[in-house]
This record gives sequence, structure tokens and C-alpha cells, in this order.
Amino acid sequence: MSTADFQSLARRFPDETITHSYVRDVHLPGGATLALLTLDNDLDHSKPTTLGPNTLMELGLALEGLRERAGRGEIDAVAVTGKPYYLVAGADLSAVGSLQDAESGRLMAQLGHEVYGLLNGLDVPTFAFINGAAMGGGLEIALAAHYRTVSTGANGISLPEAFLGLVPGWGGVYRLPRLIGPANAVKVMIENALSNNKMLNGSAAFELGIADALFEPADFLEQSLAWAAKIISGDAQALQTVKERRADKANYDDADWDTAVARGRIFVEAKTSNAAPAPGKLLDLLEQGRDWTQQESAAAEVEALTELMQTPHFRNTVYAFLDLIQRRSKRPAGAPDKKLARPVTKVGIVGAGLMAGQLALLFARQLKVPVVLTDIDQARVDKGVAYVHAEVDKLQARRRLSADAANRTKALVTGSVSKDAFADADFVIEAVFEELTVKKQVFAEVEAVVSPDCILATNTSSLSVTEMAADLQHPERLVGFHFFNPVALMPLLEIVRAPKTDEAVLATAFALAKDLKKTAVLVQDAAAFVVNRVLLRLMGEVSRAFDNGTDARTADEALRPMGLPMTPFTLLAMVGVPVAQHVQESLHAAFGERFHVSANQQRLIDAGKTSLWETAEDGGKHIPQETLDLLQFGNSPVTGEELLRATQDALAEEIGLMLEEGVVAGPEDIDLCMITGAGWPMHLGGITPYLDQVGAAERVNGRKFHPGR
Amino acid sequence: MSATNPARHLREVVFVDGVRTPFGKAGEKGIYSDTRADDLVVKCIRELLRRNPSLPAARIDDVAIAATTQTGDQGLTIGRTAALLAGLPKSVPGFAIDRMCAGAMTAVTTTASGIAFGAYDVVIAGGVEHMGNHPMGQGADPNPRFLSERLVDPAALNMGNTAENLHDRFPAITKERSDSYAAASQRKLADAYAGNRIQPDLVPVAAKKPGQGWGLHTADQPPRPETTVEELAGLRTPFRAHGRVTAGNAAGLNDGATAALLASAETAAELELPVRMRLVSFAFAGVEPEVMGIGPVPATEKALKQAGLDIADIGLFEINEAFAVQVLSFLDHFGIVEDDERVNRYGGAIAVGHPLASSGVRLMTQLARQFEEDPTVRYGLTTMCIGLGMGAAVIWENPHHQDYSLRSSTAAAVAGTAGKDLA
Repeated sequence: MSTADFQSLARRFPDETITHSYVRDVHLPGGATLALLTLDNDLDHSKPTTLGPNTLMELGLALEGLRERAGRGEIDAVAVTGKPYYLVAGADLSAVGSLQDAESGRLMAQLGHEVYGLLNGLDVPTFAFINGAAMGGGLEIALAAHYRTVSTGANGISLPEAFLGLVPGWGGVYRLPRLIGPANAVKVMIENALSNNKMLNGSAAFELGIADALFEPADFLEQSLAWAAKIISGDAQALQTVKERRADKANYDDADWDTAVARGRIFVEAKTSNAAPAPGKLLDLLEQGRDWTQQESAAAEVEALTELMQTPHFRNTVYAFLDLIQRRSKRPAGAPDKKLARPVTKVGIVGAGLMAGQLALLFARQLKVPVVLTDIDQARVDKGVAYVHAEVDKLQARRRLSADAANRTKALVTGSVSKDAFADADFVIEAVFEELTVKKQVFAEVEAVVSPDCILATNTSSLSVTEMAADLQHPERLVGFHFFNPVALMPLLEIVRAPKTDEAVLATAFALAKDLKKTAVLVQDAAAFVVNRVLLRLMGEVSRAFDNGTDARTADEALRPMGLPMTPFTLLAMVGVPVAQHVQESLHAAFGERFHVSANQQRLIDAGKTSLWETAEDGGKHIPQETLDLLQFGNSPVTGEELLRATQDALAEEIGLMLEEGVVAGPEDIDLCMITGAGWPMHLGGITPYLDQVGAAERVNGRKFHPGR
Repeated sequence: MSATNPARHLREVVFVDGVRTPFGKAGEKGIYSDTRADDLVVKCIRELLRRNPSLPAARIDDVAIAATTQTGDQGLTIGRTAALLAGLPKSVPGFAIDRMCAGAMTAVTTTASGIAFGAYDVVIAGGVEHMGNHPMGQGADPNPRFLSERLVDPAALNMGNTAENLHDRFPAITKERSDSYAAASQRKLADAYAGNRIQPDLVPVAAKKPGQGWGLHTADQPPRPETTVEELAGLRTPFRAHGRVTAGNAAGLNDGATAALLASAETAAELELPVRMRLVSFAFAGVEPEVMGIGPVPATEKALKQAGLDIADIGLFEINEAFAVQVLSFLDHFGIVEDDERVNRYGGAIAVGHPLASSGVRLMTQLARQFEEDPTVRYGLTTMCIGLGMGAAVIWENPHHQDYSLRSSTAAAVAGTAGKDLA
């Protein structure tokens, strides 16, 4: 095959933002001529370079031209580098995600191999100068070159395919383990990819052996070229250094290889329950490919990519990643014009408990404005402030904050027993006991002190914001501001609009969310909003089955095929049984039997039990007999399959109702909430694409959530 | 204890090393049209450190970088920003300096004075001008009093006009002589390139251009080695109809940067830094702005007088070629023939280009290399004319010469014995 054979594929993407392959000859000291190929889309740094079919075609044709020139002796070497900050960010996901048929997918997979094979197969030395981000197919170009340099200023070096639902199938899965050893390759391709897509910087990539030389950004390209000149001229010392270093980094035997694969499998099982096929497929390729030639691996990689590109998991991930995380989270549906937002120069927090402390830390760190905590006595106030200061100390110890920034943050957080301290605050949020009368009392006291413009916010997870506003002098100033625990880690913020909440208040809430680096979703004031309502509907289905006599293990493991971050009973223990029960009761009060209030859960609470499961010393889990003695069961058990299907149907029903009620603007918001607020996997697309794919949406609602997809 | 030290003595200042970027043409066709001026300086600073690995970066006491227009990518106190961008320790300070064309030369003399005084041990001094990004005089707002009180002929603000004025003043300097000098400059530079005398002090610069990708620049862009007197004769005279000054017998508009490493003689010995030249004396002088090109004459006379030297003692001249007429007026004044082999052996700015504030260090770097090649020469002069009617001159001594002042021992400097020239 040659590059031209892929013309039909490329023609289908007339609107691709092409990353061009510009070639210029560089005359090196020593007399050699190096053809320097720059990958550049001629756009500024906010538009990363990507690899679509047309881009790969152009790169392939450029490399074919260079192959001819090398044959004629006109050039002595070829190097690939990128525009500032990027080698190349990776495959054009929107293009790859839109390939509807397997044959197109196969062509795309083959095209990568065809083009990268050209770089790898040139008879002159080839180099990649990794000046910046090199993700996925971007890093695989570099791996296909004979030599690599990397900049200490480069960030975003990764093979995130397993995270996206693919495998590094443009040679990465073959070349990386042979370059840096199987253990580190599994770390990069599996562990990093599945740990929120963790990426390497230039120094780390060099340390692992991904690159042969490391240079500083100020003259990275000049130094890379000078180094290449030595390699090209056969400088014995330079060549020897590379050889020894590579031997050291790739020092492994067959047993190491097998161990690395086995460890990868354990990691994938623990992290994903193998609910999505890509990570396992990657490890299969690695396992089977231990003794393969590159050609043998390439054929298997193409097969794997072709297959994975057609999976719902990959499609869902592209939807979650591009449509939700990259687009919708940046432009929240229903947010008012940001010009209406008012400045927030001081924040008040009612309460000084654990949640209040987390909020104070977040506000002080991100907004860098004074934050004052209040509580009913000095001891509680002191404890709250002390908690924040201790957290700041921890951040400083972990070098996340400089000494000056730590001083500044601590000085911003103060406490008071009097709400008078809120007099000049622009935003006051309550984090007191989850009880309507208490919250109404608090807001009445706050309103007596603050300016008429001061925004009031509640962090309630289950109470009615509308009722909370009912007796306020200015009900239009109240907005729900629902964070998720732990506040520092969970990206989601549900912004609750009550009927009287005004536009300026809402705009300020969204502006604040952005400054707090949170993903904001606008929700209407309906019981438990989005995440808790969906989660508790799910937990209710599982506890209902359990109460009816389904074996605990069967009930708790029934949803494994979804790959949720933890089982329902583990989640129950983490949230706290009484808290979950409280929210479940309020949902039951609002919506009736759809939300099952478990009598057994109440028995656990009454007996002071914090968890159903107990972890034994060998790591296995069981329910202690004394706990079982507390509980009562019905005699209509279900199988795991039945429970899974019932839960899918329940979720489809609940989400269908939420959309009917107008709780959020669309299913995309539900999905964004579940991914960023509950950590639900991207391969489910959040949840609604999954419910479409398993048929639950049509079974229950008579139509899909995403009819066009 | 008194705050003033009665035992204070002057210290000898030595030129350790100098480098520059290849010079480019200003404007869209220039090799640096999409490259920042500060980045050009950074390349030079880093190259100096790479070439002198025995110098700990923290020992650098100051970074003086000249630029004529100190805005945009040449703004923000470029000596400091370039030091930070080059990765020097944050403890190393820096400043910006301006004396138009003699910026880098003034950066050298100013920091050298600091070394002699004892305030510095080691400094970096250089200059930059990205004339593509900063056309000469851009953003300037000349005081109307210049005009109303006839302080300066407005024509003097245009350098080409001042060159024509110089032809008027010295009728013996004909256009033919200027063109002939210019062609020789091109030829001498080509010879120097052929002899690999220029390349060792160039820093390769990678630059990216839209639609072309990255390239690497290892040679000057302006030279036209094939230039003939006949071709020059046919060029337009843009400053005056039927005038004498053309693009061919003047320096062009250019982008480029230079940097040099200076040290006290003691520090150079301590850190085992090479001594390429010893600073003998320097001087600046003012002349009528309308004939600014004559500036090197009084500046040189002043510097010679301070050094106790005669023009005949100068064995090598590196004179900036803003205009051929300006070099010729200098040579005529001192009775030196225009093809004297002591003058601009590697050609000059007419061939290589003149990115205003950067050029002074180029002259020094070239003189240092010529000193090395020719140990029979004891003293050399670097000199240049300066807009608004000034001249600058710096006299250097060749450490390779048998009678080199500090040869007997570096102890002379360590002991603080000022050489006779410092008297």
C-alpha cells in the first residue's frame, strides 16, 4: 500500500483542520543535511495540532518525498517536531469517533501504520524532537522515529488510548515496552491512562527512557539539532551513551514481561471491573505480542483498533470527552450572560464544621478573598479555622503551596461568633445541619446583617431551596450551591435555581463556579437535584432486592458490568448509612415508592452499624453474623441479571421523569453530572447513552434519550 | 571604619568571550520575521554559558542588554527579562541600556567601569535590535524645540541624510570611493566566511515562519558576496536625488543580537576563563547631529589620549560601517588608506548588517578573533558612529602580544597595579 491508497478516506473529511507537514532542510555542523519536518496547523497555541486522515495523508506524502530524497543522497537525516507547545496532540477524536463503519475504521488504523512505518523505515536516521504535548498518536510518531529528544518544558506526554476506549495501535503498544521495559510501559499505557489520564512531563519521559536526550526549552530545537548532528556523524561517545542508556531502560526478560501484563490485569480489574473492553484488549496485545515482530503486532493492532472503534464504549467516551467535558462543561446550558455577574470580594460561611472548613479552604485558595466562618461558640469557630490552617500546612508540606501563598491563604480565613462579620460580604453560604427550620433561621439572621446585594447560597443536598427562600426579605438572592464530597476533588457543582432566583445572582453563581474551577450545571429546585436522585434511585433498587431476599453478594455485584467506581453497599458505607437514609426518606416523601426506604438500613442505623460488609484480614469481605441477625429478608430473591435490568429500567424511568420535569436542560447535563459528581465512567457516556444501548430507555420510556445517535 | 576605602584601586577588565546570532534582514523576508527580539538575546546568553562551562552562572553580577527601542519584545527591562528567560539564577540582576547604535558598546563600557570600580566580577553585556519589529525611531516623539530653536536640523533625525551631509562636508569622498569601499566590505566578509572566521562566534538560531515550519539559521542573511562596483553604481539614492548614499554603500535594516562576557582579570584567572582582550580605554564624544558619522573621530582621539597612545599604535580597526562615507571620513582624518589591511579585515556592517544596538559587541568579538590570529598586533580599536551626533571608541590590548601588559603575571592585576594605560 502507499499513502495515496487512503485518498477515499481522507476525502470524507473535507472540513478537517489539517496539521500540515512543512519540510525545510537544515545544514548541520559537520556538513550533514537534515530534513526538518514541522507539524503545524498555522493556528495559535489554543488550537492543538491533531491527526486526522488528511493530516496523515499529507505527512505520508511528505515522508514518501523524503524517502526518495534520501535515496538520491540529498538528505542525511529526517527529524519531526511541532509548533510551540505541541509535538502533536494526538488523533483527531471527532474524526475518528465519526467513522461509522468498520471498514473506515480499519483504513484509519492502517493509515497510521502506513505513515509511521515510513518514518521508521527510512534508510537515513530519523529523529523526533518532542518539544511539547505528545498524546496518543502524537507520541507514537515519536516512538516510530529512530531517536528522540524531549524538552524539559514539554507537558502532556501520554498514551491515553485505554482511557478513551482504544489501544495505542499505531505502534505504541509494540514499541513502548521494547523501549522502556514492559513494567513501565504498562504503567504509562494502563495505570496512567486509567488514573484520570495522568500524563508525563518531559523530564519524566526522559527518565523512563522514552527519549534519548533532554534539553531545556530556551534553545531546545537548536540543542536537539546539535545532538542529532553528533548522532548522524557517528560520534562514538554519543552513540555509546544512547546504546547504554537504552539497554539500561529496556533491561527485562520474558518473566518480567509476563509479570507486567499480570499486574496490569489486576490493576484494570480493580479500577474498571473490566466493564470496558479496551484496557483488557491492550493487555491481550501485549501478552500475545511478546515474541511478535513489528509487522505481526501491526496486523493485530489494526484488528483491535477496528473492533474497538465500533464499540459503544469508545463512542460513549468520545461523547463524554468532547461533547461533555470539553464543550458543555465550559458553556453550561442555561447560564445567564456572564456580564451580569457581580464581583465577590468577601465570602461568609455559616457553620464551622467539616463541610464549612472544606468550603473555606476552596474559596480562600481559588478566589483569594477574605473568608469568614461563623458558628455558635468560640470553640467551634476556633476548631473550624484551625482545620483550614492545618489543611494549608499540609498543602505547603506537599509543595502545592509556597510559604508566601500559605501565609496569604491562612490570613484570608478567619472566624467569628457573630454574623456581624458578614456585613461587608458579597456571598454568604450556609453549611449547617440539614434541617429546613435551622437553615431558614440562619438565613433570617444573615439577612439582618448583610447588604441588600449580598448573595445567599445553600449547600443543601436534599432540602427545597424554594421553601428556604420563602420568608426572606429578598428571596431573589438565594441560590443553591451544591458541592460534592470531597469538595477539593469532585469537579461538580450543582447550581440550583429557585423560582425567584434572579439572573444576576445566577450569573454570579456561575462566575464563582468558574473561578472555583468547578464544573457547574444548572438544575431546577427538585428534590435531591441530579446526582443524589440518580444515585439513590440506584441504591434503592439494590437495597430493595436485598430486603426481598437477594443474597448480599449477588445484589451488591449485580451492577458490575456497568463498571461504576464502587459497589452500592460500599458507596452506602462511604456516604454514611444515616445520611443516605435521610436523603432516601426525603426522596420517598417527594416521589413515593420509586425510592425504596430500606427497613434493614434503618436496623443498621439503630444498631450503630456503619457498614454491611466487613473486610477480613485476607482482604475478602463478608457480613458478620451479628449484623445478619439484625436484618429481616423477604422471600422473593432475584438474580444478578434481573437486578441489573431492573436498575437500568429504574434509571431510565427516573431520568426520563427528571427531563420531563425540566430538572436540567437535557440528558447531556445528567451525564455530565454523573461523570463529574459521582465519578461514573466515561464509557457509559455518563449514563444516558448506556441506557439507550441496553434498551432500557426504549423499554421504559418508549424512546431513546439520544434518538439520533 | 570609614565607608570609603582609601586603598581602593582600579581593576583590569578583560573581554572573555563574545557571540552573536546570525544577522537577518528586517521585514517579512527576514529570517527572524516571526522570532522575538528577547529570544535572540537569550540564545546568545546561553551560548556564552555553554562555551564557558567553568563560569558558575550565579557568579554573573549583572546583565546589561542594549536596545534602541525599548518597547514590546525589547521592553520590560530587557537585560533582566533576558536573564530570567535564559535560565540564569534569579539572584542575577539585569538592566536595559540605550545609546542608539552604540548600545552594546555602552553596555560593555558601563559594566566594565563597574568591574574596574570593584562592583562586579563578571558581567554579560550585549545588545539587540529587531528592526523588523521596531523600525528606527518608531514611537519617538521629538521635542518641537529641536525645530523651533533650530537645535537640530530635522534632517539629522534621518541617518541617510546625515550621510549625504558628510559627503557634502568632505567633497573628496566621492560616491565612487564609497561604492568601492562597500564592494570591498562584501568581499572581505566573504573571505572571512570562507576562512571560517565568522562562524565560530555565531549562535545557531531555530526560527519558525508561518507556512514553512522551523528552520535553523547558522549564517548571516544580508551579505551579497557577488556585489560589484558596477552594480553599486546603478543603485537608487533614496535620501537625495542624484545623491551618493545608496542601499549598497550603507548598512541595511537588520535583526540580530550579541552578547559578551567581561570579567576582572583576577576573576578570569580564578575561574579559568580565557582572556581574549584587555580593555585599555574608552571614550564617547558628541558632534553636530547633522554629521553624526564623524563621531568616531573625536571619540577615538579622546580614547587614544587617555591611553597615552597614538593612532599609529593601533594595529587593527573594527569600525562600524553604518555608511561607507562615515568610515572613509574617519580614515581620511587619520591618514589611513581605505584598503589598509588593518581596517575591518572581516568586512563590516555594509555586508553583514547593523542591527543598531547590537553591533558594538560584534566589533569586539571580531577584534578578539583577529588578535588571536595576529599576535604581532598589540592594540586594536573598536569604534562606531551614533545617531544624534556621537561617536564611541574602545581601545583593546592583545593578550597574545609579547609585550602584553599583564603577561609578566596575573599577579600584576591581583596586586592591583594599574597598567600604565590606566594612569
